[in-house]
Amino acid sequence: MQDLNDFRLETRDWLENYCPQSMRTPVVDEIEKYCGGRRSSYFSEDQRAWVESMISKGWIAPTWPREYGGGGLTKEQEQVLKEELSAIKARSPIFSSMGLSMIGPAILEFGSEELKRQHLPKMIRGEIRWCQGYSEPNSGSDLAGLQTRAEDFGDHFVLNGQKVWTSSADKSDWMFCLVRTDFDSGKHSGISLVLFDMESAGVTVRPIKLISGASPFCETYLDNVKVEKNQLVGEINKGWTIAKYLLTHERQNIGDIGNVTRSHTLSEEAVESIGLHEGRLSDSGLRTEIAEWQIDYECHQLTMERVNLEIESFGVGNTSAMLKYYGTELNKRRHELEMSIHGGAALGWGEDSIARPWLRSKGNSIEGGTSEIQLNIISKRILALG
Amino acid sequence: MELLLNQEESMVKDSAKEFLSTHAGPSLHRKLRDNNCSRGYSDALWSQMVDLGWPAVLVPEDYGGLGFSHVAMGQISEQAGSYLASSPLFASSVLGVSAIELSGTQQQKEELLPSIAAGELFLALAVDETPRHNPEFVDCKAKKSGSEYSLSGEKLYVVDGHISDKLIVSAKISNNQEDIGSTTLFIVPTASKGIEITRVPMVDSRNSSTIIFENVHLSERQILGGVGNGSNVLSAILDIANTHLAAELLGISIESFRRTLRYLKERKQFGVNIGSFQALQHRAATLWSEIELCKSIVLKALRSLDNPNLSTPRLASSAKAKTCKVAALATNEAVQMHGGIGMTDEFDIGFFLKRARVAQLLFGDQRYHTNRVSELSGF
Repeated sequence: MQDLNDFRLETRDWLENYCPQSMRTPVVDEIEKYCGGRRSSYFSEDQRAWVESMISKGWIAPTWPREYGGGGLTKEQEQVLKEELSAIKARSPIFSSMGLSMIGPAILEFGSEELKRQHLPKMIRGEIRWCQGYSEPNSGSDLAGLQTRAEDFGDHFVLNGQKVWTSSADKSDWMFCLVRTDFDSGKHSGISLVLFDMESAGVTVRPIKLISGASPFCETYLDNVKVEKNQLVGEINKGWTIAKYLLTHERQNIGDIGNVTRSHTLSEEAVESIGLHEGRLSDSGLRTEIAEWQIDYECHQLTMERVNLEIESFGVGNTSAMLKYYGTELNKRRHELEMSIHGGAALGWGEDSIARPWLRSKGNSIEGGTSEIQLNIISKRILALG
Repeated sequence: MELLLNQEESMVKDSAKEFLSTHAGPSLHRKLRDNNCSRGYSDALWSQMVDLGWPAVLVPEDYGGLGFSHVAMGQISEQAGSYLASSPLFASSVLGVSAIELSGTQQQKEELLPSIAAGELFLALAVDETPRHNPEFVDCKAKKSGSEYSLSGEKLYVVDGHISDKLIVSAKISNNQEDIGSTTLFIVPTASKGIEITRVPMVDSRNSSTIIFENVHLSERQILGGVGNGSNVLSAILDIANTHLAAELLGISIESFRRTLRYLKERKQFGVNIGSFQALQHRAATLWSEIELCKSIVLKALRSLDNPNLSTPRLASSAKAKTCKVAALATNEAVQMHGGIGMTDEFDIGFFLKRARVAQLLFGDQRYHTNRVSELSGF
């Protein structure tokens, strides 16, 4: 306990020296977020200094082993670090990293020593940005039905097929990709997870424009792409196990979506936009819906907190499907309410549009497994219905 | 570890579950109903609860109690919901004890708390005068002359009114000409002259009564919490009441869902278990998620009762609003998914629907508490 207190004080001290003041303010624009990768650049000198300090400290990946560039911290120390970072409102040094949050942990868990040494340090240093090749045009909810082929040519595979909904594929350097390596065995048993460079010959990326006007996702075409055998993660034909492990991670990340710290609560926005009459929001129907949303939101926040404590204390937890389902449905409700609160002012199509995030939120209950798939998972794994 | 039970709280939960699952439950409830039991609960069950120390859980040690937390008592409230256990615990051991402990004088505490803890004295809270909960509406008058009062008026839906020894009654103090004070609470012995208590049969077969006061003679010493202080005290008591009702509603939801899930795995139609149909699976999964959310808010609200702060009223109302909504969903889905058999009196699932409806309405339903959450949040 004393050690942890010492660690807290040292951390506080270090952050005081190395986290520039401008990195302790909320991110105003997407462009200010550093995501790493070959095509990335720093938005400011302060950002460069902050990212580089965190890299040299190993705190980009606090609990990963030091030999791969991680911080080698214990879970408890990581918690202290998180608390200290949030106390000074420090910005995340590397944002939305599929490497750090998804494939990195999978390589640590399932990958060979060679893969760990090749990929982990570059993830931590922000040199390589990763994307995820999962969904295909004919494998959405039925992910295990994927058809992208990886044929065995002795020391390498040759990939052919098409991936879709690859987040930021156009900005990424490497892909972790689910492919079919056994074409005769069952649906789940012929899948493998491979890694390849997006600059490889035969890889073509096309952004997809969404109803919100933005293009966060791409289509990725694979035409005779050569992948070395040593880029296989885990055993051949055992990729589905890793895929499920990663999907759990993804569900947790998307379930956190409602968990954005905002300067205004929904009811404050409503009071500002609609006004009060005798202390009550003038629109009584909307007032009730907002209050119901706020109650549900608090319940969901508390449940995330409770579930995490239960996992820490008892090592059990099968709730990520529920948190993903509920969190994304809540986020959609929130945006529906924002549209109502702001009325005509929400319908504009400018850069600060309220309608764009409303439209984007519709994807929350589709990406990372639809709400219906989450309900299937709860029914089968938790309720044992079938 | 605010959102986890500690060892003591877990022990209370386990022993409540073990005891009530063997000694209470739908069959006892059915027996009490069919035999038209005059006290509305089983004396045998109550004396065992007394032996277990449950009426003493919330009573401070100085007054012969165990001095446990609301979180601990809340575990009993939850299990009482799951096993449909009617007893004087809610009216006397939760509401009565809290009212006296929060606002009683030293003398009132010494006089009342040890006997409540021993399971010998029964209290009841007489608040509502309208069909929908509205504690602000107080038409009961305590007419003042000198240091004496004369109480007249009518109270509705008083839980355990007809078995209680003493009532806690909200009234407005008046002199002959005009109202001179806001709401004040009085402790009124039910044996007083001028009190007429009528037991009203309710849909859940639990105790409820209408009480008429006609020039009931009271002294100053019977005031609870000071003249004109009734609204404040009552508001704290009602937060406690609603949080424990939320725990009971959680228990009802969990048990109705458990029974429904079991039925989905047993009942066969078209040659398969009906639980294999996705239309039912998704509704079950949604309900399960909602119940998980209820667990968190109920525990948070109970913790807040043990350490009251500015958020306590909002958390109490949030917990009641959420569990009202989910218990209504859970019990309605339970009847629907059981199909025809769920509609029969012979089958137990209907008891949960009936009890849930009463617990929902008591001291404010989902709409009431959602409205209160908006008020407390400044809109």
